[in-house]
Amino acid sequence: MSDNNNSSNRRNFLTNLTKVMGGVGAVFAAIPFLSSMSPSEKTKMAGAPIEIDVSNIQPGAFKIVEWRGKPVWVVHRTPEMLQKIKNDAEYLADPKSNEENQPQYAQNKFRSVKPEYLVLLGVCTHLGCSPLYKPGQNKDLGLEWKGGFFCPCHGSKFDLSGRVFKGMPAPTNLEVPPYYFASDTKLIVGADQG
Amino acid sequence: MTKFIAWIDERLPVTKFVKNHLSEYYAPKNFNFFYFFGSLALFVFILQIITGIFLTINYKPDAASAFASVEYIMRDVEWGWLIRYMHSTGASFFFIVIYLHMLRALMYGSYKKPRELLWLFGMFIFVLLMAEAFMGYLLPWGQMSYWGAQVIISLFGAIPFIGESLALWIRGDYVISDATLNRFFAFHVIALPLLLFAVIYLHIAALHTVGSNNPDGIEIKANKNNDGVPVDGIPFHPYYTVKDIFGLAVFLTIFMFVVFFLPEFGGFFLEKDNFVPADPLKTPEHIVPVWYFTPFYAILRAVPDKLGGVIAMGLAIFVLFLMPWLDRCKVKSIRYRSISYKILLIAFIVSFIGLGYIGMKAPTPTLTLLGRIFTIIYFGFFILLYFTSKNEKTKPVPERVTMHD
Repeated sequence: MSDNNNSSNRRNFLTNLTKVMGGVGAVFAAIPFLSSMSPSEKTKMAGAPIEIDVSNIQPGAFKIVEWRGKPVWVVHRTPEMLQKIKNDAEYLADPKSNEENQPQYAQNKFRSVKPEYLVLLGVCTHLGCSPLYKPGQNKDLGLEWKGGFFCPCHGSKFDLSGRVFKGMPAPTNLEVPPYYFASDTKLIVGADQG
Repeated sequence: MTKFIAWIDERLPVTKFVKNHLSEYYAPKNFNFFYFFGSLALFVFILQIITGIFLTINYKPDAASAFASVEYIMRDVEWGWLIRYMHSTGASFFFIVIYLHMLRALMYGSYKKPRELLWLFGMFIFVLLMAEAFMGYLLPWGQMSYWGAQVIISLFGAIPFIGESLALWIRGDYVISDATLNRFFAFHVIALPLLLFAVIYLHIAALHTVGSNNPDGIEIKANKNNDGVPVDGIPFHPYYTVKDIFGLAVFLTIFMFVVFFLPEFGGFFLEKDNFVPADPLKTPEHIVPVWYFTPFYAILRAVPDKLGGVIAMGLAIFVLFLMPWLDRCKVKSIRYRSISYKILLIAFIVSFIGLGYIGMKAPTPTLTLLGRIFTIIYFGFFILLYFTSKNEKTKPVPERVTMHD
């Protein structure tokens, strides 16, 4: 009797062990298949952080670079332009950048790490058009226009920090991508400082 | 011939199978209009498989050539337009048929004991079908394909912590791209149809184990004659094969009329923006899913919080799985249930259709408010049902099926 019990205990143990080992094996076998669905090396290369040389952007000028299939803008703001950027202007919808449309290090009135360089994703937060850079005074854009970005599709206006005006179709400020300065002139877009 | 069949039967009991599932499978004799949609759903499934196979022969799952290959099918492939319109119209008709099939279950309590598992398999089919339709819609690579997929996959991004990585994993890229199109094609033509096939098999196997419900919601197996045949049952073949063939003829008349004369159905079956190739740099003015998703899309939009909306939309589908346990009334058919269930069901149908309408329109304050009211009614149906169904005042249920002739 006890012999029988022993052998059935032994059998149960071996059966359960087989089930567990088989299960563990199945989980590990699933990994390559599931991982194959992640972005491939080629895709990652295309989506990898990009390096931008900012030394050749003249003060007041504007540069467009492609990153992950989207336009990234780099604006070299002059001291005069920076002066026009008010901490709190009543015509802005979210002057303090409370909406999380930027990394924490860009949550200031200049929405940038170095005030003179503005880095933005050039995609309107309304429906994804790419707004235009209008740095100077412009009568067509109204009296409070002190330079900024204007979306030609549905008329959303943004100031020189990419902050959206009140009552615009665009719901939020323009997005700031993750970036850092590797050196004084070398800007890395697509990654936070490691 | 008889010898040949005997030879086969010795090796594989084909005759027994035919008897068990057709000539001696007894179905209640009081089936009505609503009992057409099960067999029609099976028919549309087969139609989608066949038209789909012929579409893949000319379709190219490549972001650079997908749109053009669909236009090539439409213009240059012989009868290509017919095959494609049958497939696209078939998708919409699949949902019409399935929604009516589900309504039937709600009316006659077909999800109740002993058919809970049958209902669960059916719900799995419904979810798989939605995934199948969603992925299929990306394949023509039009503007609405692209941006619809963009919006829906972004919904996964709302899930805390893992959301963004999950969305990235589903897309296989940082934006919807060739990688996404290629994998959606694989799921649409292989993975999901195989799964669907398996679950449909289980659905029918479960049905033939417990037997069909009927408009009176009584168990015909409880009343058998001396031969063990239910007195209220008739053999599926020839009685219901003939009935279903008639239903199929009417269905095909309507279906082919749409295929020939209204294949876009005024933008409902094929949206206007989808005749423009996908452009990742330009979003269409107004993104709406195809009509069969709009009730759930309206629930998503009704909740003013992104994650909350995603949860509400998921719950709206999940709660249907629980029907066998939410409805605690012992009486199955609406014919013998109290007025409270009738009112609840009508309110539910109205809210479902209302949500479907709102989901197609651009959001205005009035429509948003209306969408919220309908969302409350939608969920209210399940909550109130749980509390009212326990002690419902029901009418006496007859012993035998009533024939309405």
